Amino acid sequence: MWKWFHQLASPPHFYRISAILAPWLAIPGLIMIAYAAWQGLFVVPMDYQQGDAFRIIYVHVPSAYLSMMAYMIMATSGAIGLIWRLKLSHAVAAAAAPIGAGFTFLALCTGSIWGRPMWGTWWEWGDPRMMSELILLFLYFGYMALRSSIDDTTKADKASAVLALVGVVNVVIVHFSVQWWSSLHQGQTVFKKGTMDADMRVPLLIMLLGFTLLFGSMLLRRVRTEVLYRERRTRWVREMILSPEGGA
Amino acid sequence: MEVGFAMGGYGGYVWSCYALTLVIVAFSSWRARLRHKRVYRDIEVRLKALEEHE
Repeated sequence: MWKWFHQLASPPHFYRISAILAPWLAIPGLIMIAYAAWQGLFVVPMDYQQGDAFRIIYVHVPSAYLSMMAYMIMATSGAIGLIWRLKLSHAVAAAAAPIGAGFTFLALCTGSIWGRPMWGTWWEWGDPRMMSELILLFLYFGYMALRSSIDDTTKADKASAVLALVGVVNVVIVHFSVQWWSSLHQGQTVFKKGTMDADMRVPLLIMLLGFTLLFGSMLLRRVRTEVLYRERRTRWVREMILSPEGGA
Repeated sequence: MEVGFAMGGYGGYVWSCYALTLVIVAFSSWRARLRHKRVYRDIEVRLKALEEHE
């Protein structure tokens, strides 16, 4: 197991493996998303309280879940990089940030659009879920700004890993905010018994899995670029790029 | 068909969410590909220039 892990963490090996793996995650992910979107838009019956507006759940929940998961991957990879000084883990952390920011932005936008017909407002400044999710977006921006402001990659890795670890507190707040405080936002739905009919829940679970696979593919592609950039002065990159076959 | 797309008056909200999702996911994938191409090309140019110099 450790041997396999160390082999995977070696940059040239990861670069080769990720090129093979990325499409194998993206293709089933896209198929699942397309199927779940079709189900969510046209097949699933409308909600008795929210009508057809509830169909937004099929894009809002996966994007909100990925906004938190991407941050946890970023923070965990940063911690691994700090503790075990694994080269690849800092590359993973750096690559997860822009994807996470994208999904956080999407979660905020879709939540806001859903809130307009349901709550009568686009935005509620006093709502803990909305505010903590907005802070999460700022944490991503701060993380990316910090990285790009430090020229030395090693220093940038360390400083940004510390920032990512501090920000984990906010992810916990995002997750539990609907339980800790009174909020406009509805409570846990997906994994709580009796909150959703199976006809509605199954497409949502497929959508969550599809989004996760697509996220995995996007992450692999970005880590690959990050590895290539960081290893640009190494022998294996030189040999790969100057070889007649290339290695894009 | 029209009734299906109108979604009981919520069509604008629902479709805009799905469209935004498509745009952001597509943009994110395109950016990732573009950055990889750029980084690869930059390294290639630098290495070829170095090889010629040597």
